[in-house]
Amino acid sequence: MGEHVNSRWPARLHVVTGKGGTGKTTVAAALALGLAASGRHTLLVEVEGRQGIAQLFEVEPLPYKELRIAQVPGGGDVRALAVDPEEALLEYLDMFYHLGAAGRALRKVGAIDFATTIAPGLRDVLLTGKVKEATTRSQDGRRIYDAVVLDAPPTGRIGRFLNVTAETAKLAKMGPIKTQSDGVASLLRSPITSVHVVTLLEEMPVQETLDAIAELQALNISVGRIIVNNARPALLTAGKVTKAELKRGLAEAGLPTDAATVNGLATEAKAYLTRRDLEESLRAELAEAGRPVVELPLLPAGIDRAGLDELAALLMQA
Amino acid sequence: MPLTQDTPRLDVDGLLADPSTRIIVCCGAGGVGKTTTAAALGLRSAEVHGRRTVVLTIDPARRLAQSMGLSELDNTPRQVKGIDVASGGELHAMMLDMKRTFDEVVQQHTTPQRAAEIFANPFYQAMSSTFAGTQEYMAMEKLGQLRATDEWDLIVVDTPPSRSALDFLDAPARLSRFLDGRMLRMLLAPSRAGKSMFSLVTASFGLFSRAVQKILGAQLLTDLSGFVAALDSMFGGFRHRADETYRILQDPQTSFLLVAAPERDAVREAAYFAERLVAERMPLAGLVLNRMHDSAAGSLSAEESEVAADALTAAGDQAITADALRVHAALVRQTEREARVARDFTDAFPAVASVAVTAQPADVHDVDGLRTIGALLAG
Repeated sequence: MGEHVNSRWPARLHVVTGKGGTGKTTVAAALALGLAASGRHTLLVEVEGRQGIAQLFEVEPLPYKELRIAQVPGGGDVRALAVDPEEALLEYLDMFYHLGAAGRALRKVGAIDFATTIAPGLRDVLLTGKVKEATTRSQDGRRIYDAVVLDAPPTGRIGRFLNVTAETAKLAKMGPIKTQSDGVASLLRSPITSVHVVTLLEEMPVQETLDAIAELQALNISVGRIIVNNARPALLTAGKVTKAELKRGLAEAGLPTDAATVNGLATEAKAYLTRRDLEESLRAELAEAGRPVVELPLLPAGIDRAGLDELAALLMQA
Repeated sequence: MPLTQDTPRLDVDGLLADPSTRIIVCCGAGGVGKTTTAAALGLRSAEVHGRRTVVLTIDPARRLAQSMGLSELDNTPRQVKGIDVASGGELHAMMLDMKRTFDEVVQQHTTPQRAAEIFANPFYQAMSSTFAGTQEYMAMEKLGQLRATDEWDLIVVDTPPSRSALDFLDAPARLSRFLDGRMLRMLLAPSRAGKSMFSLVTASFGLFSRAVQKILGAQLLTDLSGFVAALDSMFGGFRHRADETYRILQDPQTSFLLVAAPERDAVREAAYFAERLVAERMPLAGLVLNRMHDSAAGSLSAEESEVAADALTAAGDQAITADALRVHAALVRQTEREARVARDFTDAFPAVASVAVTAQPADVHDVDGLRTIGALLAG
């Protein structure tokens, strides 16, 4: 196996996390598109019931089924799956205990909901278990997916989510659930898995990124890249801007040189430089984590399929 | 500044000054500046309006918490030092300790011996620290406690960083439904659950409980059964309190403020929440849209700035002005994008008052920064 491994992104299961609002769903989707180049097949998975993938690709809410959401030049494609813990539990019970109609009756009375909420660890075992199943699934000796990209819970919950054994070990000390969570735990700690953290150059997301990396490393889960989203181009690198200079420049460009325009531009330039200094110090903090950093630009037109393809190409070059 | 010219402006000072406003709940998606907004409102209420105010925060950024003198999770409000108290107001702040709040609820409703049993149970430990919704429920519980003492002129609540802002309203009901125990008892003793009425249900419950036993092991069921037995006496109390807190939220003394940032997801979330508040007859005061940008040189369009910048660069001259024009063009495009996103909300809720708060060049983590945000909120 492993004939389709991308040398820049060597893992087969890519877990994408990040603070809420940093664009981790967008990055996960772009990564799934990028990894589907050259005729490869990837699966993009979400587990939080947010239907973020459907909104991003502007399709109907995803069922609990692997559906193709994008074709990629070269014959590759991206399928998407929204894992629902209830469905995953029913599927699991059916696989091992052949529940059939009784399973549906259980769902009717809310028992499945109950079982997946009473033990949060169980819920995460089911979700990650489904991801593991898709990652390792093969047919006629060939992997179904060259890569699986998981749009994972945010940084604040990622350690707990991936550290499923610890949670379930407290509740289930033996039995199939224990076996299942052990299997998931070893996959997540193998070179097959890599966790990428998406951040913005803002204080809170950077802090959470560093906290999450430390937490994951302590759990022996391998951290891949730090992905800085919505990065802005470096302008005014010479630093200070004087009004006299702006006035000359505006005159040369044939633009108005009235005081309001000159002062306005000077104010904006000053705010930009303040912001950039802060961004520089945050970049330095991120560099200290010792993980490769990829920067993705803010796309002025917003995120549509063309924008996702652009981000995908940038990720593949990184 | 108002969000758009044709929607009403949120009167923050009017809201804070009104003695009948006793609770302000800040809600919205994660990462939109809820905690900062809650802290800034609390500070303004104390400094400008002379009210005895407490801010209940859930998960503040470390430096923001430090700015209010909070260094750790703590269930007792602490007075914030270094603020202007000339008006006679006071500001207190606390960070919710979810587990400790849950422990206190248990202690209040049962005997010390039962409480010790409950605390030792692995299910209680899992649930009190990780149950989906515990944080939301405990925030409500704490709010109920603060309100019951009647020692605060104003309580400002920062809601938990939920996956969805709606969790804050739904979680207490979910938790109390769970603790109601019917499901637990049916699971553990299917034969007593009303055979005649629910024969299919009870039959599958027997099957389910056998499956659970096979999958999870007998130890887990024993723990679960111990947990249920220990919590049994408290079910009524839990449910009653959750219902009571829910009623406090519907009271006209409470005001909900939606907090959002000008991003599609955050605004969509705010719109869902607005619909929900209207449906639940909860008092919606308005929308705070944080981190809005504003151009200081409004007469230059993005396009003409970009064209001029490229021309200057091509001429190999005036590099600084060219870059300043690019900074301006990017800012104008950003303000346009933000205005479009804001319009998605105001089009859907033209009657909801709103206020836009300009983005600060650096993050807010001291009292001065909070004061600035408070002034921007008040307009």
